[in-house]
Amino acid sequence: MNTENILHLDHVTMQFGGVVAVNDLSVDVNKGQIVALIGPNGAGKTTAFNCITGVYEPTNGLVSFCGEPMVRNHPQGKMARGYLGEHGDLYTARFSVEDPEAKAAAEAQQDPAVKAQMQADYDKALEERRSKELERDPLAFTDKVLSPTPDKITQLGIARTFQNIRLFSALTVFENVLIAKHMRAKQNVFSATFRMNKAEEQRMREEAMALLEEQNLAHLKDEVAGSLPYGLQRHLEIARALATQPKLLLLDEPAAGMNPQETQELTEFIHKIRSEYDLSILMIEHHMDLVMQISELIYVLDFGKLIARGTPSEIQNNPRVIEAYLGVADDAEN
Amino acid sequence: MIQDQKSKKGAVTGLLFIAIVLLLVVLLENLSAILPAGSVPAVLMPTSQLFTVLKKGAVYSLVAVSMNLLNGFTGLFSLGQAGFMLLGAYTYAILTVPVSAKDTVYYLYGGSAVNFSLPDLFGGVDTPAGLILGVLLAILLGGCVAALFAYLIGLPVLRLKSDYLAIATLGFAEIIRAIFQWQPLGPVTNGANMITQIPTFNNFNITDANGTVILRLSTFFPFLIAIICIVVIVMLINSSYGRAFKAIREDEIAAEAMGINLAKHKMLSFCISSFFAGVGGALFAMFVNNAQAKVYTSTMTYEILLIVVIGGIGSISGSCLATFLYVACAEWWLRFLDSATTFASPTAPNRIAFMVIFAVVVIGGSALLIHRERRGSNQVWKQTLVGLVAILLLGWLAWFAATGELTLPLLRTGFRMVAFSIIIMVVVLFFRQGMLGDKEFSDILFARRRNAGKEATK
Repeated sequence: MNTENILHLDHVTMQFGGVVAVNDLSVDVNKGQIVALIGPNGAGKTTAFNCITGVYEPTNGLVSFCGEPMVRNHPQGKMARGYLGEHGDLYTARFSVEDPEAKAAAEAQQDPAVKAQMQADYDKALEERRSKELERDPLAFTDKVLSPTPDKITQLGIARTFQNIRLFSALTVFENVLIAKHMRAKQNVFSATFRMNKAEEQRMREEAMALLEEQNLAHLKDEVAGSLPYGLQRHLEIARALATQPKLLLLDEPAAGMNPQETQELTEFIHKIRSEYDLSILMIEHHMDLVMQISELIYVLDFGKLIARGTPSEIQNNPRVIEAYLGVADDAEN
Repeated sequence: MIQDQKSKKGAVTGLLFIAIVLLLVVLLENLSAILPAGSVPAVLMPTSQLFTVLKKGAVYSLVAVSMNLLNGFTGLFSLGQAGFMLLGAYTYAILTVPVSAKDTVYYLYGGSAVNFSLPDLFGGVDTPAGLILGVLLAILLGGCVAALFAYLIGLPVLRLKSDYLAIATLGFAEIIRAIFQWQPLGPVTNGANMITQIPTFNNFNITDANGTVILRLSTFFPFLIAIICIVVIVMLINSSYGRAFKAIREDEIAAEAMGINLAKHKMLSFCISSFFAGVGGALFAMFVNNAQAKVYTSTMTYEILLIVVIGGIGSISGSCLATFLYVACAEWWLRFLDSATTFASPTAPNRIAFMVIFAVVVIGGSALLIHRERRGSNQVWKQTLVGLVAILLLGWLAWFAATGELTLPLLRTGFRMVAFSIIIMVVVLFFRQGMLGDKEFSDILFARRRNAGKEATK
């Protein structure tokens, strides 16, 4: 079993003014896994997606992709004070590698020999914690911000779909897929305009066509994307995301507005594309049938905080999850 | 310029079409020399309005297409086109004033700070090499200067969206205009005065030793340059980058999620559009025989915007078609609106023409409006109102026909612009798509043929 880590969210926080939309979220997606991110409305699921894909720059935290730091922001000093407010501990706690109690005990020691020994032990432990932190995040203890724009992240190999379908609706199905091929094309604006590299253009077209055929959308290639029925638009959006040749696919509510029959088909479809395109999938979904059936690992968010993590059966029986979804039993009833 | 790039056949058809257009232009220009003297209609004389319209139309269509690239294909609403035209026009003019004429042109500043002239470098305006190389190089540099400025302006401005971008670019165009009129820059820009004595379209007429014209190419030249530039723009739009531009127009967020670098592609589109606006500006300077900053006002940008909207945002052939229509109306067909007109003789052809056109416009317009209302809601009073107004207008026409003589009211200098304002209002209210929408002329042509083919097979 390959357990290579694809996506790793480390203490990601996204704060909008006084609202903490995502609060200290840590998520892992391993290669080939299907992971679901669920939670009631407004729990911060889409915000988490937006932090991963570079739409927002997280106010704190690290996102690594295939082991490489991709998005990172650990504001310290002056920068952190800009965010602090009532949520200050979100930013300071993570960096206190110091252990105040041990330090105080060492200083309070009377015997000089023991004191020196304790101090040395303390320094060693401190150094260990520091190096551990640095191993996790090579840029730890710096203010360095990594915040690539969404296009850079897509180029790294993360593709996404949107909660409310965002197709290029006035363009044809074929053009929609072809546009996704643009970023990997080896041509500049001159060679493209003057057709100096026809092979490249030909290759893009062939790849796009091949993808449409694999997805059984080839017969629709000249249809205007906006005129397709809803289900096909969803399908096309996923096909378009696949055209960017991703390693990780982020699906934002792929089953929204689908009936049980279509949801069932979607389940098979997601399994199929995972094996065919060698993908890992992170998805947000509200259809519990789909989530429980398909995902290997579920993360549950509520008010921005991670409240549970586990396999579908664990999540189904987790009292905190039930509480978040159904509300707390009223005291008066007891 | 109209081609279906997927098939070679389309490209060949396009090239053939271009060749025919260019040939027709040359033929039209030289008909007055070919036809026996005396039988040449006034329209075909070299001084006729027709050629002014064709030349200005060619220049404006290039600028309109460049604006369409930005507004229609990339979805960036920019109103800086006149500013970039000014940069192109001035670059062209400064670099092409003959060295011998510098002292007279820049007499207020005791000569020019630019002590060379591109045509002179290649042997002077009077030699073919000097003329062609010098002028082409100057036009190209005009485009480059405009593109360079676009890059510098774009760095801060392209972060803005929709109306804010329009305001910022409009402001830029106004600032550029003011700077070029600034006295301390006089030795280069000639201050608020025009730079004259530059090579114009007429320099491209081929003359014999006595100075009589053998072959007129003064209309051919702007057509050639404009068509080359438009073909390049069309090729760009049909390339991978053009698709990326369209993606940005459709949905910026989705385009970015597809790996399209927004900043880079917006900047590319902005610079390329400005480059061609600069080329258009250089051609415009050639057309009006001078470069003067006060010509390139925001009104000029609005004219071009009007053309783009009438032609259809996102349609190249629509822009070209609308340009010639607009320029013809503005410079020629609607000129009569600017002077008081009296129809004295009941049989004067223009009196009859006026009556027919007036009746058609009133009846057609009211029928269209009533039809729309009927489709929409059942508000009878609106239909009645439209009908009443139409009847009143037709009554006035009948009275006019009966009395036989009338000076049309309202017609005076500037009324032409009122007519244009009404036209743009009608277009925006009822034909928001413009003439061709976002389709190309060839699409409509081929679609019809395809449909005809389908019906035939049934």
